[in-house]
Amino acid sequence: MLEIEDLTTTYGPVRAVDRVSLTVEPGAITAVLGANGAGKTTLLRTISGLVRPRSGRIVMQGKVNTRTPAELTVRGGLALVPEGGGVITELTVAENLRLGALWRGDRADRARAMTEVCELFPPLEQRMSRPASTLSGGERQMLAIGRALMSRPRLLLLDEPSLGLAPMITARIMQVLRDLRASTGLTVLLVEQNARSALSIADSGVVLSLGQVVMTAPAEALLTDEALRHAYLGF
Amino acid sequence: MDQFLNLTLNGVASGAVYSALGLSLVIIYRATRVVNFAQPAFALVSAYLAYSINQATGGYWLGFAVALLAGAVMGVLTERLLVRPVRHNELGAIIVTLGLLIVLQAVAGMVWSNEPHSFPYAFDFRGDFSPNSMFVVAAVAVTAIAVLVLFKATPLGLRMRAAAFHADAARMSGVRVGLMLTLGWGIASAVGSLAGMLAVPPFIFPNVLDGVFVYALTAAVIGGLDNPLGTIIGGFVLGVGLSYVSGYLGPELVTLASLAILVIVLAVRPNGLFGKALARSV
Repeated sequence: MLEIEDLTTTYGPVRAVDRVSLTVEPGAITAVLGANGAGKTTLLRTISGLVRPRSGRIVMQGKVNTRTPAELTVRGGLALVPEGGGVITELTVAENLRLGALWRGDRADRARAMTEVCELFPPLEQRMSRPASTLSGGERQMLAIGRALMSRPRLLLLDEPSLGLAPMITARIMQVLRDLRASTGLTVLLVEQNARSALSIADSGVVLSLGQVVMTAPAEALLTDEALRHAYLGF
Repeated sequence: MDQFLNLTLNGVASGAVYSALGLSLVIIYRATRVVNFAQPAFALVSAYLAYSINQATGGYWLGFAVALLAGAVMGVLTERLLVRPVRHNELGAIIVTLGLLIVLQAVAGMVWSNEPHSFPYAFDFRGDFSPNSMFVVAAVAVTAIAVLVLFKATPLGLRMRAAAFHADAARMSGVRVGLMLTLGWGIASAVGSLAGMLAVPPFIFPNVLDGVFVYALTAAVIGGLDNPLGTIIGGFVLGVGLSYVSGYLGPELVTLASLAILVIVLAVRPNGLFGKALARSV
């Protein structure tokens, strides 16, 4: 689904992402873990085209995507839910959702996507015409994921979806991701500081430190191997 | 009573122009956080082009259409060539538009001379609420409604708002943000040129729109600089208010009154009279 080779992204002299290589299999949920400043967010922003890499290669579904800008990567089946959700608070809930699918021509299918998102996240349906600024943190995260799903992505990138949310809501969001994978074969690349909750649904984990991949292992192994957990995940 | 009615109607007609020019400022400010001080110069050059076409052909409407088109083109070019390169520097962008204002006014003076030329009204301007005044109000009303509907109720408007409010989120939803900003400048400047065409008669000279621009800016500030509907209302309120000042207190006080309103609004409600309240209720 997604292959990254030797990807480097710099901010001035800082190598935020440093020669990262990783492979995401179709239908897999991959967790990218690491401390603050490990380069997780930059990695996602680079993959989605918001930031241009300095070097390396991004191949999505066999197509080289390295320098494709964000407005076009979404057309290639990739959707990003940024840190904090990136919900546009000045727009209503419905407008945020509609925005996610606007680039797709098929009007009937856009309406279907809207219905599906409402079924996934019932709280949104009751708040359709309210400004997104009136939503709670959990609802905003649902809206952000809903907006991403409106574009019917094949690869969903999520940046810290559990940040600042109650454990119950986090669990619910993780459940939705798992269900989506089961029902639509959605591939997920999940960035988390909350390693435990990420690994609970992930197939494999990639640990970043100072921009570099220090470890790639099945989620099971990361969860059970105490030495690994202590060394890289801090729990 | 008669005088009151006349003053009100006159105020509505001039307020319409402030609304339109104010609206053109707000569309740009909302999208790019730049107050486009060159807006009156775009309108001025557009009106001069219309004047030349008018002289050559004798008709009014071809010049009118060319003026709106020229406004849009100037807005698009300015955004692409002058504002975008300095887009990360708000002050830089404002200075660019200020400089452009001075340059365009000077160039207009060089090309068409600084002497006033007579400039036609669209319709008969005689009488209390003349056919021309009706045209002014109707043209602005139609334009304002079209702009509001475009923003509120069309997919294009949704893209433009998303691009203005949250560029990254818009890009991730597939919106070509740069294109939306350029389009915003084009639409805004066409609206500005419409305001110019309505405000310029009976005479055109390089500084003819300076006063109108001050009132338009006041209208935009009254409405809250990023609130189109508030600005439209602000323009009409200001037009009527200044008309009363002119009629009951004396025309020499109009500029002063406008300045006083601007200062009071900025001091008391810096976000504009309609700023937050309207934004919440819609």
